[in-house]
Amino acid sequence: MTIPDISVGPFHIAVLLPYAMFLIMLAIVLLAVPLLTWVERVTLGLIHDRLGPNRVGPRGLLQPIADGIKLFFKEDILPRSVDRGIYYLAPILSMAPPLVACALIPIGAVRVDMGGGQTRSLALVAADLNVGVLWIFALASLQVYGLILAGWSSNNKYSLLGALRSSAQSISYELAMSAAIITAVLMAGSMSLVSIVQSQAGGIGHWNLFRWFPLGVVGGSVYLISMVAETNRAPFDLPEAESELVAGFQTEYSSMKFAVFFMSEYAAMVIASSVATVLWLGGWYSPVAALRFIPAPIWFFAKVGALIFGYIWVRSTLPRFRYDALMRFGWKRLFPVVLVTLMAVAFVRAYTTDPTAKSTIPPKPEKPKPVMSGAQGGR
Amino acid sequence: MSSHALSFLVLAALATGTALAVVLHRNPVRSALYLVAHMLVLAALFLKLSAQFMAAVQVVIYAGAIMVLFLFTIMLLNLGAGEIERKRFSVGFISAVVIALVLAITILGGAVWHRGLMQIATPVRDLRMGGTAEAVGFALYDPELPWLFAFELTSVILLVAAVGAVVLAGRRR
Repeated sequence: MTIPDISVGPFHIAVLLPYAMFLIMLAIVLLAVPLLTWVERVTLGLIHDRLGPNRVGPRGLLQPIADGIKLFFKEDILPRSVDRGIYYLAPILSMAPPLVACALIPIGAVRVDMGGGQTRSLALVAADLNVGVLWIFALASLQVYGLILAGWSSNNKYSLLGALRSSAQSISYELAMSAAIITAVLMAGSMSLVSIVQSQAGGIGHWNLFRWFPLGVVGGSVYLISMVAETNRAPFDLPEAESELVAGFQTEYSSMKFAVFFMSEYAAMVIASSVATVLWLGGWYSPVAALRFIPAPIWFFAKVGALIFGYIWVRSTLPRFRYDALMRFGWKRLFPVVLVTLMAVAFVRAYTTDPTAKSTIPPKPEKPKPVMSGAQGGR
Repeated sequence: MSSHALSFLVLAALATGTALAVVLHRNPVRSALYLVAHMLVLAALFLKLSAQFMAAVQVVIYAGAIMVLFLFTIMLLNLGAGEIERKRFSVGFISAVVIALVLAITILGGAVWHRGLMQIATPVRDLRMGGTAEAVGFALYDPELPWLFAFELTSVILLVAAVGAVVLAGRRR
């Protein structure tokens, strides 16, 4: 290996890329939030046959800024009997997991000429962990703390009921979501998000959603449903059902603290859609070879955008679940279905030789004998 | 002192501090939160031992699932602050002190006796694949290694516990 020049070369790109990608993803997710609030209200207006926001700026595009200013200058009310520390901690805890997850989402791949006739494929991602999927699980399960603690610390019965609902709901739907994600992991044969996307190269037929029909479709649908439930969006928005619980867990929050909850909901939507794109919709790959000239990140965000539009569409068309119906659906329909799918995928994976899948299974490594002997062995 | 030992000591202090806070705090919700923090610090310690899989699983299962269930139960029973009474020098208190002392002497004494304190904290270097999911999978499921039977037996025990919970809950009706 030759030592690269002092000037900015391919080596520097490879080193600096993770940091740059994290900042870029953070910026994209945070800037998408105000835009999404506008998109949501315009779309809801269209579907409801209303005008929607159209007063501030062209087509109401400056409405998010007006809302932001309004929220910022509202009086910041601190109710008397709240548990101070936890009350302030809760919005932060609900905002943190989606922002950390930004580091795990790969949005494309570039080939970098490393010099000496060597090219290296670099994924546009901050951290390509070999247990990336597990960290997605972890962050998704930490997400619920913000809601629970907000509801509990507010010392308000509506807040507490909202928090209880949200924890029960997230525990229930996390199971189905995890099983669906494991289905995708089994199909791809890897837990690294980059390898999962790379295993879906070669057009729409190779996407996990359409692989091993109908297993991929079932697994993908279960993921999409439980992802709506995990982000507490309609029709699964029981933690903040305004017709029953005022505003649920965020009743006692005002001003910017409320805004942080609001933003975290949209950031979680973006992350959940990105994970869905990575796991099921072929990540940054184009569906047909003819459209490959469009850059990878554009494909990625087009798919994410389509999923977010789906979120809004579902919200405007479906009524909210009743609580018992929500639980019955999660435990008695979704979970058994995805369990059967998981078993079937494991079966297919174990007993077929799939030519497309062959390259994704890593060669069997040497046996880790030292794991056992190391404990007693002379060190 | 190497940066490795320093970060270990910081994490170990954090882990001990949060664990103490769990026991000493009067408010059950705060105690549960300190336990969550403790689990996260443990995950960081696993990462330092280059066991990424264990670290991730630690966060998913303990911090993400079990502690959420704990908090859910505490809130459902609506245990307020100060509802748990503390008696000084009760039988429970004295036996707790004795057990803690014996445990501390056993662990610290044994470890220092055999290897020296800082030696325990060094990552497993002769582990060829590191603590990846592959390594853990091969270790658990390789029929040539002795762990497969014990692992399956553990899952049977968990199944028995789950069935037992269902039976106990169903008997009341």
